[in-house]
This record gives sequence, C-alpha cells and structure tokens, in this order.
Amino acid sequence: MNLTLKVWRQKNASDKGKIVEYKVNDISPDCSFLEMIDILNNNLVELGDEPIAFDHDCREGICGMCSMFINGRPHGPSDEITTCQLHMRSFKDGDTIFIEPWRAEGFPVIKDLTVDRTAFDRIIEAGGYVSVNTGSAQDANNLPIPKIDADKAFDSATCIGCGACVAACKNASAMLFVSAKVSQLALLPQGQVERKQRVENMVAQMDEEGFGSCTNTGACEAECPKGISIENIARMNREYFSAKISSDNV
Amino acid sequence: MSLTGLFLIMFLAVHLAGNLQLILPDEGKSFNLYAHNMANNPLIQVVSKGNFFFILLHVVVSILLTRKNTAARPIGYAASKSASKATWASRNMGVLGTLVLVFIVLHLKGFWFELKYGTTPMVDYDGETIKNAFLIVKEAYQNPLYVLFYVISMALVGFHLSHGFQSAFQTLGLNHVKYTPIIKFLGLAFSIVVPVLFALIPIVMYLQNS
Repeated sequence: MNLTLKVWRQKNASDKGKIVEYKVNDISPDCSFLEMIDILNNNLVELGDEPIAFDHDCREGICGMCSMFINGRPHGPSDEITTCQLHMRSFKDGDTIFIEPWRAEGFPVIKDLTVDRTAFDRIIEAGGYVSVNTGSAQDANNLPIPKIDADKAFDSATCIGCGACVAACKNASAMLFVSAKVSQLALLPQGQVERKQRVENMVAQMDEEGFGSCTNTGACEAECPKGISIENIARMNREYFSAKISSDNV
Repeated sequence: MSLTGLFLIMFLAVHLAGNLQLILPDEGKSFNLYAHNMANNPLIQVVSKGNFFFILLHVVVSILLTRKNTAARPIGYAASKSASKATWASRNMGVLGTLVLVFIVLHLKGFWFELKYGTTPMVDYDGETIKNAFLIVKEAYQNPLYVLFYVISMALVGFHLSHGFQSAFQTLGLNHVKYTPIIKFLGLAFSIVVPVLFALIPIVMYLQNS
C-alpha cells in the first residue's frame, strides 16, 4: 500500500507546531498502524530527519499509551480498539491519513504526537483508590456482592485511562474516565468507606485540570476502546450530588 | 442546565395546552377568557416571573458552560469526524439555543409585550369587557412570512428538545436500564409532538383567514 500521511509535528511544548506531509510506500496491509509509523521513522532516521515521537508501550491493547487521533477519530476508524490494534487493512491504497495528538487543555503536547496525560494520574491521586486497611484476604462468602454489581464494577475497571474520551468529546471533558474510576469503587464494599470524599475530590481535581463539562453527546462511549458506558457518568453525577448534600465537607 | 431545562419543558406543555384553544371554532372566546384568567391569577403571575427568571438562568449557565468547554480545547483538530453516536442536535445545542432565544425575544415582542403594554382591542363577553388577545394573534398570522418564521422556529425547538429532554435526566444521574429507554422514547415523542402542534396553530389560523 502507498499512503500519504499528514502528521502533526511539534518540537516541544512551546513550539507552535504544524502538519507535515509524508509519503510511505509498500506498506503491508497486515502491518499494524504503529508498525507503519515505525517504518516511516526508520526512513526518517536514514534521511537524517527527526523521527516522529509517539506514545506506545504494550502493543496489545491494554496499556492505553498509543494516543493518536487518526482521520478525525481517536484510535482510528474501527470501534473498541486502541491504535496498536488497528491494522493497515482498515485503509485503502492511496489514502491520505491525518494523524494528530489528543487535543485538550488538560493534555498539553510534549512533542509531536505525545501528550502529557499526568492530569489523569493527579485525578486518581485525588481519591481513585482505597486507603483503608482491608487486611489479608478473608473468606469470600463474608463479602457477598451481587453478581450484577460485580460485573458493572469490572466493566468500569476495564478503563485503561487512554484519554480517548477526552479526545473525542467536543468539550474535552474527562467525565467518562473519572466516572469509570468512581464507579468501580462505589459499586464494591471496599470502596464504601471513602465513597463521598472520593467523588468530591476527584471531581474537584478534574475541574482544576481544565477539562470541560459533559453535555451528554455520547461521543466518548462511542470512541472508548473498552466500551465504557455513559451510565457511569450518570452514576458519578448521582454520587456527586448525594455527597455534596450529605458529606461533612463544608 | 438540566433543572432549568426541565422547568421550561413543563412550561412548554402548559403553554401548548392553553394555546391550542386558539384553533377552537369559537372565534377566540375560550382563548380570550383563558388569557384573561391567566393575567389575573396571582399564582400564574408568580410562575410567569419564575419562567422569565429560568429562561435567563438557562441562558447564563449555558454561556458559562460554553466558555469553560471552549477553553478546555484551545487548539482544535485539522480533521475531525464526529462520532456517529453523537446526534447533530447534541453537538449543536448552543447554536440551536441561541436561535430559539432570538425567537423567544421576537415572540415576546409580538404578543406578550403587545398584550401587556400595547393598545389592545377589547371584546365583550356576557357583560364583561376583556382584552381581545385572539385578535392580535389572528392579525399577526395573516402574514405568511410570520407563519413561516414560527414553523421554522418550532423545528429548532424540536431539535433542541430532542437532546435536551433526555440529557436533563442523564445529568441528574437518572440512568437506569428500565427507565432510560422510556425517557428516551418520551423525549423523542415530546420533541416531535409539541413543536408540531405549536406550528399547527399559525398554519391553521392562516388558512382559516385567507
């Protein structure tokens, strides 16, 4: 396959950046999207150019690092996959492909396609954990959990924190990510002790990071590689309202 | 947005029930008596002030929300395909809302202001002389352009409601496997039926008098 790539190049955080056009030839349709960028980078290195910086790690769809906005969609044209799971057979010979970084005030560009997603880490640090000592594992029958709650908590916990929800949202809102993290703990008994302060602190941190507010378009769940539902956002709103009304935080 | 929106949705339903009396075949008698009672009921006067307040609050909150959300993405995408799941209305609530606001201002100027502060023709029913609100509406709808303006505006209201109705429940945290499909269906039905009935009023009155 021969392709034309229009890639966002930006030297560093303070550089203005621009779209640069590249041609890649003889790409196998079985090549993954990241391998295609690897091939382009090899060519660039051979020509003495700076290779394109991009995030990637596990290359098996579980780490959430490969953040690329491909042809107007996070992680490209297919549903429920990350960029590393995208293959070139999803494109046609002669296609022009736009490749851009996630765009959000909360995700500043570090270089080229690499963005700083530590805002998500700070939101987790604000309360996305259980700090009470739960001791060593006890008999499982002592903690009965309805199957439906366990399944929902597990579905929420599949969030890999990639940021596709922010990238896809017209408001660059992080509500799907934060609500998944709030939900997975709100649904389980271990999360109850810190339930109210968790949602209050995580939402406060989310706002501080400069993410937008949810207007319920549903673009996030359509682009989420793990199929996280906006049912979580409604749950977080419920948690937030009830915490605001009843918590001791004045 | 959700709480003020839900109040305005309730207002729309009541407003429609009252206005449908315009097309009753009694030369506006029931509508005029209804308008007269509304204008002299102290409770309705309080709700009416509340309605103005909630419209303004809805607008102010939407401006703050839009400012925050625009600031959340200072640099846009060169290529951006909107997700197929996000409806056109949901992505353009601000534009739709602004156009609806323009309509509301012109609508208030044409009827509410005229009735309250203009020189209104009077009508006599069983010895009681009251304002002939029906006549003002009837004369306004003689102009086909005015009728067209109302019909287009109602289409905009319909699109605004198609997202707003169900979105209000989601914002309030009311998402449930049993009730969300019902809410979505009611939202769609409301956003079609209410604007269509509203739009029928000027069309029917224009046809009756042409």
